[in-house]
Amino acid sequence: MNAAVDTLDHKNIDSLHEGLQSKEFLTIIIAGQRFGIPILQVQDVLGEQRVTTVPLAPREVAGSLNLRGRIVTAIDVRRRLGIDPRSKTQKPDMGVVVEHEHELYSLIIDEVGDVLKLSDENFETTPATLDPLWREISSGIYRLDEELLIILDVPKFVSTVHS
Amino acid sequence: MDDLISEFLTETNESLEELDLDLVNLEQNPNDADLIGKIFRLVHTIKGTCGFLGLPRLEKVAHHGENVLGRFRSKDLEVTPEYVTLIFECIDCIKMLVADLGETGSEPEGDDSALIEKLDAVYEGRDGGEAAGGAGDSSSAAAAPEEKKAEAPTEGGGNITQEELDALEAAFQAAEGPAEFSVQEPAPSPVSEPEPVKAEEPAAAEKDGEAAAKSAEKSVSTQSLRVNVDVLENLMTMVSELVLTRNQLIQIQRQQADADFSAPLQRLNQVVSELQDGVMKTRMQPIGNAWSKLPRIIRDLSIELGKKIELEMIGQDTELDRQVLDLIKDPLTHMVRNSGDHGIEVPEARKAAGKPETGKITLKAYHEGGHIIIEIIDDGKGLSSEKIKAKVLENGLATQEELDDMSENQLHKYIFHAGLSTAEKVTSVSGRGVGMDVVRTNIEKIGGSIDLKSVEGSGSTFTIKIPLTLAIVSALIVESSRERFAIPQLSVRELVMASEHGENRIETIKGAPVLRLRDRLLPLISLSDLLKLQAVQETDTAPEPKEEDEDEVAADNDAPEKAREQKKDKVQESSRHQYIVVTQVGASDFGIIVDKVYDTEEIVVKPVAQILRGIELFSGNTILGDGSVIMILDPNGIAKNIGQIDAADQAEAAVQEDSFHARRGRKTSLLLFAAGNKTPKAVPLSLVARLENIELSQIERSGGQMMVQYREQLMPLTPFDSSIQIGETGEKPVLVFSDKGRSMGLIVDEIIDIKEEYMEVQHDGGQSGLLGSAIIDGKATDIVDVGYYLQSSNKNWFKQHGDDPYGHATNGKANGHSKKRVLLVDDSPFFRNMLTPLLSVAGYDVISLESPHEALDMCDKGAEFDVIISDIEMPDMDGFEFAQKVKEDTSWKSVPMLALTSHATQQDIDRGMSVGFSNYIAKFDRDTLLNTLSKTLAEQQQNSAPSAKTGDAA
Repeated sequence: MNAAVDTLDHKNIDSLHEGLQSKEFLTIIIAGQRFGIPILQVQDVLGEQRVTTVPLAPREVAGSLNLRGRIVTAIDVRRRLGIDPRSKTQKPDMGVVVEHEHELYSLIIDEVGDVLKLSDENFETTPATLDPLWREISSGIYRLDEELLIILDVPKFVSTVHS
Repeated sequence: MDDLISEFLTETNESLEELDLDLVNLEQNPNDADLIGKIFRLVHTIKGTCGFLGLPRLEKVAHHGENVLGRFRSKDLEVTPEYVTLIFECIDCIKMLVADLGETGSEPEGDDSALIEKLDAVYEGRDGGEAAGGAGDSSSAAAAPEEKKAEAPTEGGGNITQEELDALEAAFQAAEGPAEFSVQEPAPSPVSEPEPVKAEEPAAAEKDGEAAAKSAEKSVSTQSLRVNVDVLENLMTMVSELVLTRNQLIQIQRQQADADFSAPLQRLNQVVSELQDGVMKTRMQPIGNAWSKLPRIIRDLSIELGKKIELEMIGQDTELDRQVLDLIKDPLTHMVRNSGDHGIEVPEARKAAGKPETGKITLKAYHEGGHIIIEIIDDGKGLSSEKIKAKVLENGLATQEELDDMSENQLHKYIFHAGLSTAEKVTSVSGRGVGMDVVRTNIEKIGGSIDLKSVEGSGSTFTIKIPLTLAIVSALIVESSRERFAIPQLSVRELVMASEHGENRIETIKGAPVLRLRDRLLPLISLSDLLKLQAVQETDTAPEPKEEDEDEVAADNDAPEKAREQKKDKVQESSRHQYIVVTQVGASDFGIIVDKVYDTEEIVVKPVAQILRGIELFSGNTILGDGSVIMILDPNGIAKNIGQIDAADQAEAAVQEDSFHARRGRKTSLLLFAAGNKTPKAVPLSLVARLENIELSQIERSGGQMMVQYREQLMPLTPFDSSIQIGETGEKPVLVFSDKGRSMGLIVDEIIDIKEEYMEVQHDGGQSGLLGSAIIDGKATDIVDVGYYLQSSNKNWFKQHGDDPYGHATNGKANGHSKKRVLLVDDSPFFRNMLTPLLSVAGYDVISLESPHEALDMCDKGAEFDVIISDIEMPDMDGFEFAQKVKEDTSWKSVPMLALTSHATQQDIDRGMSVGFSNYIAKFDRDTLLNTLSKTLAEQQQNSAPSAKTGDAA
């Protein structure tokens, strides 16, 4: 993660000059799409963990794991977003641990990217045409140079896992 | 009692410190009413507590100080620095006394009359500084001092009682409040030794060794301190983590066998264990704390009821977790009250029964195998089986026959049911029939159990078994389909190993596994079925992690060699043996089939995450010694799931399920059977009252109708397929349907299974007797129209409901409509179950509800329907009233309503029309129902959209 912080985009310097509000996001990659999680909500980034499956749980729940004595519920972000699971040959999954209502959840994702500092001027609300499943968990979109960054609304993401 | 004194000291010292500050503040802001109130309360509390603890000198000083403060409070005495000084004097005196008490364990002797006289003078307005004597005229007050003095003690003793209690109550609450926690260290000073301190026994302290007392320079107050519970919780978590880390270290050490490590590790191990014990201890409190109120309750009770009751308490210092203590306090109080109220007889009755006049209630607490057992024993009149029977019958909890088969013990357990009180009259104390049921629920909530033994005429014994602590429970670790689970040891009765050829063999009855266990049949449930684990296993193709788990667990159990053995045998073993965990929940027993049983382990229960809380099979989760997360099974949830406990409650809960979307998507339990042709047949399980095997030779025929004597009645029988010959001998399974006291049997060839499916009836079968077909368990299955068979077996079946005999015409279809939403309100589950599929087949989207109240609730929630069909005869609110309510002022007022009933007299029809029903249908005339429905909907469409073409009424 430290390495990621070093690679801060040069853009943020510009935005500072302009005196605009900016926020930091940890970017994660799921099936090629980049998502952002407000950095302050991220507690931890985990490599592959031993996960205990929870029978009868909502299908998005990948199981429970032990993070330094605390039990963390793992949520499979791919399943939550309706994306097919990855093939086994790829790199191991990673987990981003977030806290929601005093409980820890690990969002199981493909890959962790850089931390970006983004200026508010590039922020857009979620387009109405987005897949409803995605729109539900997104709080907005940042226009990056190369691509679009969908911001994950963590509380919504977690609290809507109840099927 | 010494605990009480030390607690009092701790608290009083705190209060006194506060008082100093407050008084200084008061001097500066003499008119601060809040401050005066606070000071008054503090002194009042001290006084009250002293009175209770038998500290007369302290009490007296506090009492007189309070009097003066009382005048401040009622604003008839102005706060002046002189007065504040006087109060300080009083506080100092109290401090001195408290300090002495802390050192010697008893009040010092001495005389405070000078101070008291000064306080009284102010109180009575004799001090001259106060000109306007508001409290009383000065002449009488001046004459009073002698009198006053003489009076004071009695007055104190008399009128304080109530206040005292309040104060005591306040003291207790303060001591046990959620945010505070008092740690009582084992005090090395003799203060913890002496008898309850009483002023009359100054010798007691001396006897305990003055020298020792003096040497103990610290007063009690500094030996115990209040620590926030959060701090302790935090400590506990840290220790748990430390334990985990230690376990990991030990495992590593085992593998490496490095001698350098082993010695320090051994020590670490020991220290950690001690630390764990120590931290656990901080949460422990003697059970006596929960009992302290009981003597008084019993005293009041005996006065109120004119009984003589003696309360004996044994094992007060048995310690248990504070959290558990809090939770059992109320149930215990309730039960002791009950014993006093219902159990113990009035003296005359006791005399007549040859018992001593004074009844005795004994409370006993002791440890037993990691649990605390609390017994409440009374020598009263015991439970009357006859009365319970009568009550049970009255409440319809069981039938006479069932009762006849019950043992006394089983019968007595009915007192734990809701709504059952055998007390003849409701007193202020008990007899409302809510108590024991709540007691049971509360105790079961914390993983405890309650049992009773009672002999009529000689008393009852209630036995409560509760875990020592909620935080740590002893659990059995089991494995099923390669997943490990913990089952709380408390509900595990025994373990049985079952194998194909062994003594214990799992047998099946129509697919339902059972076990013969000592002349009893134990219902079994497979854990992997229960948790739907098989499916998980199929997708999970990697068996490696499992191997690892096993190694670790085995290593944890100090038996690495066992692990090797286990592994060797694993393949053969798993195919041959299964383990049955015999579990007891309440009064019901069942067995859980698991693949493997590991050791028991002490586990720290942690609540499951919010998003998993809906799964009622788990009570929590935990981290095992090897660091892996494991789910803890909830035996109550399992019992509920397999329908052993309160099936009625469960059904009720299902009905009340508040989302109506869930209702539509809810699975229906279907009974699958074979009859006639090869297509499996299904009928909603809720329609089937019982399944019976009927001996064909017992079938009698009368007027072409087959009958069988069943439960002392003649039950008509109908073969499912009349073209098939039924033999004369042998047995045939029969589906028994019953409604309102009548039964009929449907003879089928074979019962196949019970399945839960989303019942989506796909198309109209067209064949009489079938509603259509659906895919169940991957096969096309005919859904049976029970109504058809009911009708053919007994023409009178629906007499109550419809005058017209059931017609055979083909089903009316409503295909012209896109799915219309129909609300069906009928109190009879039978008709709801019957009509719902019928209407679904006809292309409607049906929601069925049990009562108009539910319907109105849904209306409030904004549900929308195209048409409402309502029964007329319903308890509580009938169809007329319902229609009136709907039409009055709801969002549904323009929704057409159809009445469904047998009351087809003109008068009723008129009444129905006047309250807003648009049509009337005889209850079982389903063709008319369907026709009317589509007609009504068509009209509705026309009305709401006048430009649209004429409807397509069928």
